[in-house]
Amino acid sequence: MFGAAIIVFREVLEAALIVSLVLAATRGIAKRGYWISAGVLGGLIVAGLVALIADVISAFAAGMGLELFNALVLFAAVLMLSWHLIWMQKHGAEMARQVKNVSHSIAEGETPKHVMAIVVGLAVMREGAEVVLFMNGMLAAGSQSMAMLSGAAIGLLGGFLMGTALYMGLLRIPTRYLFRVTGVMILLLAAGLAAQGAFFLAQADYLPALGYDIWNTSSLLSEKSVFGSILHILIGYVANPTGIQILFYFATLLIIWGMTRLVNRSKGNIVAS
Amino acid sequence: MLRFIQILLSGLATLFVSQSLMAADGYTLHIKDHQFIPSELSVPANTKFKLNVFNDDATPEEFESEKLHREKVIKGKSQAIILIGPLKPGVYSFVGEFHEESARGQLIAK
Repeated sequence: MFGAAIIVFREVLEAALIVSLVLAATRGIAKRGYWISAGVLGGLIVAGLVALIADVISAFAAGMGLELFNALVLFAAVLMLSWHLIWMQKHGAEMARQVKNVSHSIAEGETPKHVMAIVVGLAVMREGAEVVLFMNGMLAAGSQSMAMLSGAAIGLLGGFLMGTALYMGLLRIPTRYLFRVTGVMILLLAAGLAAQGAFFLAQADYLPALGYDIWNTSSLLSEKSVFGSILHILIGYVANPTGIQILFYFATLLIIWGMTRLVNRSKGNIVAS
Repeated sequence: MLRFIQILLSGLATLFVSQSLMAADGYTLHIKDHQFIPSELSVPANTKFKLNVFNDDATPEEFESEKLHREKVIKGKSQAIILIGPLKPGVYSFVGEFHEESARGQLIAK
């Protein structure tokens, strides 16, 4: 039971933290609750399907199907998060004003709610598929179903509570700074996800590892610990990263930051002219 | 981005030859009763090789090794290929994450 609780907790935690961050980052956007719920629900449905055909996916690409699938999902999430950050660069100040004036919502421009719904959906799908696979297999084996289920329920509740705690914490940030904080957090999240994508491509031998022993801090802080898992998702902490993960992490940071600067500059020009 | 498209394309290309490559060349591990058999496997150092992992249990397992930088879920009653190496000579431990108490093993690269 305890083992099941831990495994479910770890997966749920990842998805819950991402959902909470997205919820905080989209404050003031009209109908975001609807869009994000749709993302979660869609993610859950696809998670079930993915779990069902995991062995089919696995057999693709000379047995490297799961790795490619994981990498694709992760890079898709990175793209969506970048899109959100660039959009926020254009509309962030306006949004901060709107949040203070809750009755209004942003009418102008293409709001990124569907983009963030996809981010949420991808996160729920990736983590959910593993939970479904794990639970389904365990229940099929018929071993102590009740203990397994209650373990999973504890894990689910734990992950949910951690997500709620993050959301509550973010809401305490004054509105003026909220989007600046969530912006930085989303940037770090995107970099971490890109590094994870690179990990899977290296595992499938599509990318070189570029060194296995760059550093190892697992004795200081294991990724398997609760705090380690939280940092793993939020800032991309990896105790013993390969070179390619480090490269993707910093390249993603740099590229997204560079793109938001470009948007900023073109905005400045428009104001000046 | 180009690199990404390249990866995508080569992924799609290899997709069509995948089934024929599922045959066992390389090294073989079995998972039975949540244990790796053999629990110790000698492999060559300084070269790439394939590890074919057969999960004979009905339950899923996740092959995971921090030292090898590999993690892969394997459904019950199915198999997976894990590409490994080139490794420096040494001992590389791995676990089955879903049954960590019993599913433990190591590769010995020589």
